[in-house]
Amino acid sequence: MTNPNLLSVADLGADGIEEVLRVTDSFVEVSARAIPRVPALRGRTVVSLFYECSTRTRLSFETAARRLSADTMNFTITTSSTTKGESLRDTVETIDAMGIDAVVVRHSAAGVPWQIAGWTEASVINAGDGWHEHPTQALLDCYTIRRHRKTLEGLRIVVVGDVKHSRVARSGVLAFTALGAEVTLVAPRTLLPPSTEGWPVEVSHDLDAVLPKADVVYLLRLQNERMSEALIPTLREYTSGYGLTRRRAALLQDDALVMHPGPINRGVEVAAEVTDLPRSVITQQVANGVAVRMAVLYLLLAGGAASESGEPALA
Amino acid sequence: MPDAGVVIRGGTVIDELGARRADVLIRDAHVVAVANGIEETSASRVLDAGGCAVAPGLVDLHAHLREPGREEAETVWSGARSAAVGGYTAVVAMPNTDPAIDSAAVVRHVLGLGAMAVCDVRVAGAITVGRAGERLAPLAEMAALGVRLFTDDGSGVQDARLMRRALEYASDLGVVLAQHCEDDALAAGGHMHEGEWSSRLGIPGAPAEAEEVMVARDLALARLTSARIHFLHLSTAGSLSLVGAAKSEGLPVSGEVAPHHFTLTDADVAGYDTRFKVNPPLRPRSDVEAVKEGLRSGVVDAIATDHAPHALEAKEVPFAEAPPGMLGLETALALALTELDLALDRILALMSWQPARIAGLTGEHGGPVTEGGPANLCVIDPEARWVVEPTRMASLSRNTPYGGRKVTGRVRHTVLRGEPVVIDGELQR
Repeated sequence: MTNPNLLSVADLGADGIEEVLRVTDSFVEVSARAIPRVPALRGRTVVSLFYECSTRTRLSFETAARRLSADTMNFTITTSSTTKGESLRDTVETIDAMGIDAVVVRHSAAGVPWQIAGWTEASVINAGDGWHEHPTQALLDCYTIRRHRKTLEGLRIVVVGDVKHSRVARSGVLAFTALGAEVTLVAPRTLLPPSTEGWPVEVSHDLDAVLPKADVVYLLRLQNERMSEALIPTLREYTSGYGLTRRRAALLQDDALVMHPGPINRGVEVAAEVTDLPRSVITQQVANGVAVRMAVLYLLLAGGAASESGEPALA
Repeated sequence: MPDAGVVIRGGTVIDELGARRADVLIRDAHVVAVANGIEETSASRVLDAGGCAVAPGLVDLHAHLREPGREEAETVWSGARSAAVGGYTAVVAMPNTDPAIDSAAVVRHVLGLGAMAVCDVRVAGAITVGRAGERLAPLAEMAALGVRLFTDDGSGVQDARLMRRALEYASDLGVVLAQHCEDDALAAGGHMHEGEWSSRLGIPGAPAEAEEVMVARDLALARLTSARIHFLHLSTAGSLSLVGAAKSEGLPVSGEVAPHHFTLTDADVAGYDTRFKVNPPLRPRSDVEAVKEGLRSGVVDAIATDHAPHALEAKEVPFAEAPPGMLGLETALALALTELDLALDRILALMSWQPARIAGLTGEHGGPVTEGGPANLCVIDPEARWVVEPTRMASLSRNTPYGGRKVTGRVRHTVLRGEPVVIDGELQR
């Protein structure tokens, strides 16, 4: 990686994504060892700065950092920065003063990782900013798809649900299309972004019509508060139009993959039975998340130490 | 003490009457001669205006001077200094202070703070008590103190019935209501213009229509009441088209636009720099072009700054948490001269005598520059090139999005009631 930060999938481009996926292979192997730990980042410090609750992503990053022998620190600040007294900038500068190498940021407001990158010398990794981006999720999704298909080139990926509020979808669209996949967004108009101008995607409101040709069905999480915002009338109506019910799952090709970034609302986005089918790779997504984040941390913090082959030295 | 007088020499006087080469002699706060070859006496001060326009001082209909309540961001005193540097001899201070300017007592307080300032500070009163949109503020008591514009700026009056009553009441008093057009329900949660860029950046947006529905509603209310309405910071093609049609119909409405709405677009938000957060938000190129066309065609009556100072720490927060607003007083004229394809006299009409008329200041501000008239003047070098430097600004705040921008056209001198308050771009007190 040439960029010191990972803020957006757009920072990587197709080559950068390929590099991460290649290095991820090595770390999947490391994770399978009896003692899944390498000394690659010994003496380095990785801080997770989470302004929004996220047990899964935070644990995934911290596990990745520890397996690389980095020291980890964890700042979880659930109250908003405006009510808490200490400003975002002061918090960042305080952490920066402790001498850190990377900061993994999650915030409910779009753009915060960009602002933080302006206030610290450390590498900044975006672990989700508002509705905007979640680059490592997109990378682990690409990796997971690649474990089942040789390439994303030409694959038909259908992203279903609340695209409007989804950082997973924004990063996913960038990554999938960079690797040559054809993406179709399927959602009620109220859950689509106001404009998809400039997005290299198709848009559909008819899930039944697109499922038979799909190679991957990517279901997005539906937050309960969407009903109070008059975006959908009821969960039942949403599920009947956009849920991957048993009936709809039968429309899929045999080898189509079913994915979800978690946590799942079983019975809403996806029927309980469907998540247990062999074609569901949802738990693999979680497992691959650690290896992908190891690759990202490794490339950002020890990039110069890679061997000539570009593979990490994992003695 | 006898006034020795000031001579502004070598410039071209430009006002509503036209342009003519002339020196201007000022004494006792008034213009006493406009003629070629005025001889200075040994006692008089000479201001060089070679290559410059000598114009009526600029008038800003829309400045947030933050006092009382937010003195860390701006005071009436510092805001007046910022205005004088920008060529303004009069500014209308917006009432969204803390407490709001919604009573005679607060009007008196703010006018008092401005009494000795380097720019004539007038105030706009709130339409409703506390700008809460519920009860009518005592408009007559404030009007008796000289308040001519009333607005709840920062938000619009949401209740159509209350707005109707306010218009009827105001028309009796001969004052003008000014509306910040924004439908709160439609705009709820929005932090930038809703469209291609908000979708890409994941920032919740507010649609252009949140502004336009209130413009349309208020035009209907103007028709109903025959009362005058001034539209603050119009920013969309749709709003301008509505106001243009209403003017053709003969409704007594006027409108202003802000410099950032003809200079910047919503794409400028891409770096999540909170200095680009403003309300109404930066719009797409097509709206920017419509604003420029509105200035050319005469649909727009005034360029107003919406000068909105914020302390550094207030803006160093996530985009969604940052308060909207940017500085404007010290860059407005240069941006107009740089960005608009309009002759200087047209720009002066939009920034001096037309806003003076809307604010009820004709006779005191906005010229013309003639014998016996008040000496509220600015001297503009339309060719001067300079780079905007936030740290050199007279405002207490630094939240300008134009730092480092190259612009053309600069205020050389500003004269308030005969006193040169800015000479060669430097404040004199």
